[in-house]
Order: sequence, then C-alpha cells, then structure tokens
Amino acid sequence: MNIVLKDVIILHPEQKLNEKTDILLEDGIIKKIGSLSENEIKNSEVYNLEGNYVTPGFFDMHVHLREPGREDKETVITGCNSAAAGGFTGIACMPNTDPTIDTAEVVTSIIIKSKNHLVDVHPIGAVSVGRKGESLAPIAELVEAGAVGFSDDGVAVKSASLLRNAIEYAGMYNAPIIEHCEDPSMDDGAMNESFTSTQLGLPGIPTAAEDLIVMRDILIAEYTGGRVHIAHISSKNSVDLVRQAKAKGIKVTAEVTPHHFLLNDESVKTFDTNYKMNPPLRSKEDVEAMIEGLKDGTIDCIASDHAPHTIEEKEMEFIYAPNGIIGLETQLGISLSELYHKGHLTLEDLVYKLSINPRKILNLEIPKFEIGKEANFSIFNPDTIWTVDVSKFKSKSRNSPFDKKLLTGKPTGVINKKRMFIDDKFINLA
Amino acid sequence: MGLTSRHLLGMQGVPAEDIQLILDTAKTFREVLERPIKKVPTLQGKTIVNLFFENSTRTRISFELAQKRLSADTVNFSTSTSSTKKGETFKDTVRNIEAMKVDMIIVRHESAGVPTFLTKISKANIINAGDGRHEHPTQALLDMYSIRERLGKLEGLKVCIVGDIAHSRVALSNIYGLKAMGAEVSVCGPATMIPRDIQKLGIRVYHDIDRVIAEHNVLNVLRIQLERKAGTSIPSVREYHKYFGITAERIEKYNNNIVILHPGPINRGVELTSEVADGPYQVILDQVTNGVAVRMAVLYLLGTMN
Ligand SMILES: [Zn+2]
Repeated sequence: MNIVLKDVIILHPEQKLNEKTDILLEDGIIKKIGSLSENEIKNSEVYNLEGNYVTPGFFDMHVHLREPGREDKETVITGCNSAAAGGFTGIACMPNTDPTIDTAEVVTSIIIKSKNHLVDVHPIGAVSVGRKGESLAPIAELVEAGAVGFSDDGVAVKSASLLRNAIEYAGMYNAPIIEHCEDPSMDDGAMNESFTSTQLGLPGIPTAAEDLIVMRDILIAEYTGGRVHIAHISSKNSVDLVRQAKAKGIKVTAEVTPHHFLLNDESVKTFDTNYKMNPPLRSKEDVEAMIEGLKDGTIDCIASDHAPHTIEEKEMEFIYAPNGIIGLETQLGISLSELYHKGHLTLEDLVYKLSINPRKILNLEIPKFEIGKEANFSIFNPDTIWTVDVSKFKSKSRNSPFDKKLLTGKPTGVINKKRMFIDDKFINLA
Repeated sequence: MGLTSRHLLGMQGVPAEDIQLILDTAKTFREVLERPIKKVPTLQGKTIVNLFFENSTRTRISFELAQKRLSADTVNFSTSTSSTKKGETFKDTVRNIEAMKVDMIIVRHESAGVPTFLTKISKANIINAGDGRHEHPTQALLDMYSIRERLGKLEGLKVCIVGDIAHSRVALSNIYGLKAMGAEVSVCGPATMIPRDIQKLGIRVYHDIDRVIAEHNVLNVLRIQLERKAGTSIPSVREYHKYFGITAERIEKYNNNIVILHPGPINRGVELTSEVADGPYQVILDQVTNGVAVRMAVLYLLGTMN
C-alpha cells in the first residue's frame, strides 16, 4: 500500500533536516522524500498534513505497563495503544511488575505480547532479584532476552556496593542503571516537604532524600567509569549535581516528567490524589530548575513515568492512595505547550528530548529519513488547540490531573513496523 | 447573619466574623449547660453521624453530648483501623452512611484531607474532628473560647503553642484562628518538632521555654506522644521535661499571670507537672465544658443553615 504524507515539515536535527516536503511510503518503507509527481500521488492514499511536523518516532523511556500482575490497571496492549495515541513509536517498560522483570521468561513474554503492535516495547530489567536489593538479577540473560537497561524503580538500588556491581556488570553490555533516587530512611511521606506540607499537615519527603542518592550514584559512576541514568529528576539540587557531574565528564544522564516541569506542590492543596506521585511535586523553584536543566542540556530527556492505577485505588484517603499518574497521552501536548510555545525549547530540542536522547541512552537505533528505510515517525501539529479528555484515553486507567486542561500542540499520528495510527485507528501499511 | 461556609473543614480561611459568631453562640449554650434541664430542641429531627476512623473517646463524647443537648439523632461509626484494611473503601463506607439520609457528618481520620474528600462524595454538612496532622477546628474554637472567657479578649494577646507542633492537628487550627482574631501567635518546642517553614505563617519560633513563659499571656501546651517520639526526634522524655516542661517554679519565676491550656489527655510530669495541671493558672477543665458549648454552637449554626 502506498501512502503520501503531503505538505509536512520533516524535522530531524541529527540529519540537519527542517523542510517542507512530501513523503511517499510503500508498504511502510520510505520510497521518496520531495515533491511528488501526479502519478505518484494518484496511486496513493494521500494524507494532507499541512501544518504538521514529521520527526523520528518519539520514545518514552519510563512507562509502567503493569503486565504481568496488574492487568486491571494496564496491559502491554492498552499501554501500547496509549503510547501510539500519545504520539510515541517506542517505550521502555519498568520492571516493578508481579512477577518482577527479573527473569528472561518475563522479558520474553512482554516482547511477544507487543510483537504485533505498532509500538516497540523494550523491557527494563530489575537490578536485583525481586527488586529486593540483595542479589543481582541475571543481567546477562536479561540482556540476551531483550532488556535494554536495569532499574529497581519504585526504590533506589538498596546499597552502594550492589549499585557499584550492577553498574560494572551491566556495563559489559553498555546497559545503563536507571535509578529512582530516594533515600529509604527519608521516604516516609505523602508529598514534598515544604511550607505547603506544613500547612496541609501531610508528612513530607525532603528533596534531600533525592539529592543524597543522586550524589551517591554520581560518585559510584565516577569511581567505576560506568553509566547511571537518573529517572524522574525533581529537585533543584539534583539538577545542579547532574550538571556538575556532566561538566566533569562523569557518565550520568537524566530525565524529567511533564508533571515535574509543570506542576508544583501547591496543587496538593486540593487533596486530589492525582497530585500524589513519587517523587512528589516539588516547589516552584524546583520546577524552574527543571526548565533550566532542560534548556542547558543537563536533563537529557522527557519521560512520562506513566503509572496507571484503578479509580478505586486512587479515590482514597490521601496518605493511603498509591503514587503516580498516567502520562503517555498528555506528554507531547504538555511539552509543546509548556516548553515550545513558552519559548524554552525549540522543536529541534524537543526531538532530542523525546526521541533521539532516550534512544541513545538505551543504545537503540535512531530512526532516519532515508530511502529504503522502514518508516518510524511521529506526526504532530504544534498549533492544534485541544482539551484533554481522560474518558477518551486509550490507557486502561484514568488517573491524570490534566483532565480538561487546554493544550496547544497535539499528536496527529505515528508510523512504525509497517503500521500507522491516525484518525483514531490502526492501519496496516503492508 | 450566619456562617460563610456550610462545612467546618478547618480554621484556615475562616473569617473573624464567623469565629466571633461561633464564640458568641457558644456563650448562650454555655448558659444552657448550667441549667437543671440542659437540653434544647434546636436540632430535633436532624441525623448526625460521628464517623471516627481513629480512636478519640474525648472528642467523640464531647460531640455526642453536644448533639444530645441539641436533641439531634446521633449515630456512632467507630473503627480503630482504616476501613480500607477491611476491604471496603472509604468511599463505599461513606456512600453507605449517605444512603441512611444523614444531615451532618463529624469525621476524625489519620489522613489529612479526608474532610475535604468527604465534601466531594457526600451532601451532608461536614465537620472536621481532626484530620492527620492537619486541623482540628473545634479544638481551636474551644481554646479561643476558654482564653476569651479567662482574659476577656483575644485581640493583642500573645499566645504560644508548646510541644510537638509537627505532629499536632491542634497547632495549625489554633494558629489560623488566633491570628484571624488578632492575637500574636508563636510556637515553642525542640527544633525536630517544628515543621518546615512554619514561620511563614507569620509566627515566631522559640526553643527557650523560660523566655516563652516570660513573653506570653497564654500557653497552649500539647501532649507529647510518648510512644512515638523518644529516641528519634527527642533524646528522651526526661530531657524533654527538663528543657520544655511547664513547672510551677518556672511560672512563678518568669510570669505568674500566665494562662495554661492543654487539649488533654495530659502526660503529668512530661509537658506539665501535676502542680501546674491542677493549679491556679490552668483552665483545662473549663476547656472540656466549653468544648461541649462550642460544638453545640457549630452544630447549631451549620445545622440550621439550609
Ligand atoms: Zn520511580
């Protein structure tokens, strides 16, 4: 099947591409980029996409799929549908499932379930068996089965010695250790510790809990020469630590979630549990530091920390409610509204943060605009104004604080693995 | 003139006129409590549920008595653990209670924010009887009533709240209420018991109890939770008493005009000595009586709003 993406702007900063053109795909393979003949157009399904950008497919490196174990919250397939609807062609899924992703069998089962989906799913293996922080998970076997990074996400790797071994061992396969940075002796809270937590009478988690582990991890990365990736960075001090470490040449990278660069802890004043997450929403100064970190390159990428929970679990007393919100379907819109339209980042920067950098961190191939290559694109219109409606989400869960939010910039569709998602449906291209 | 809100979730944002109205109404009910027949038919036909997810016999009895004095029908729903631990969600519990056609819910819960959450899932008037470390507005109202009764006013008074401010629901409610009424408020306790940035509420923070006694008209002394604190936020109860305990010697030395409040129950020999707890400076038992009158006032004002 031939399709034409007409009047699009192709944008690929690594290929130095930023131009208005047409794209012809044959069975999902890039056939031609440039102005097309009438004949080429006549024999194709034509999508008039004036005003839309086409970029290498977006990649979210921090997604909780909940399968295996909590398929009532999300499955591999509903999570992939959510990713496609949000404008992503690839995701990495975190290992805090039940059972944990600490055996090759679990890695394989997730890969098999996602095999026929447009969205690429790359499992992140657990650092330790059962994420218990005692003994190393079978890292080599997990890599062989398809794991691309390692994390005990939900908690930090329990001890410095285990972290050191994990960095060195996973380093043999150039797989990063992805850290949820939180000192377990200071994690007993329901929100950020601040004047707001004092006013609300909620137990607080200090930013120092995050900073301590970021600092530990940087020191271990420096000592071993290995790689560590800071997941969902949220504190100003942590951003400063990563900035200094990068200046020293230490191999540390970092991601931030849209909620951490947009919302601050005053949102918790509503006691709405959709503002309860871990790390918690921080202060205004921390939020500003996230934007600064994105601008100067300290923060390499944007990731959603998509964390589905059932309505019953979230509609609970604040201190008992589980942490986390879903984010795949709002991430691109929020990034465009808050970072591009507010002048903090260019669209080129966003392509790095949402596509190129996360793939580099996980050693994945970066999609290119080249004749003969399989198309792996995201298509979006940065100027479409729309209102978030959680009831329309493809995710199985609804726990988002962004319902009814007005955003500027919306995914139009995605193309990958010879499939296309556009106008709310999947189309086989071959 | 009535209250501005149909719920009492906390003292934060409650205007001075509302506080004044509650305290003045409480004064008339205080007189009722001195009569041989201490009952008025004001809330006849109203159904009130006391929804206590945390054990607090004193507060519950005070509310229950206030409800009976106003001739309301009262239902108690008490459970020492969260309903969620029994498998029923909080929301289902409330829905069940709601189906019984209740007019008012008095709620006590270990999680901050539960009264706010209740207003979203119930149509009843909600009164917060203590949510986590957040607020306990009727306690603050009865404290203010007791201070006013003893000293004739609130405006311009210097009031210090002493003890574990970080784990207290009484402190915040008192700070908001007293400040609205024009009092000067401060807190005193070990640094580990003072929550982050509390001075941003426009209050002073002290660590020197002698100076606090010398510089204040009123001390509201909080209970030190013996089981929780020793060893982590304070070295020992003995050391707490030595440096922060209120003793007759300290009062006599620094300020024998001081008025001492305590929300109870008292740990004698810890935050207060028996001499102080039973002595001439305290209004602790008045607080208990005033508590019933203040709660009657709140129930009456909210219950007759619609
Ligand atoms: Zn995490």
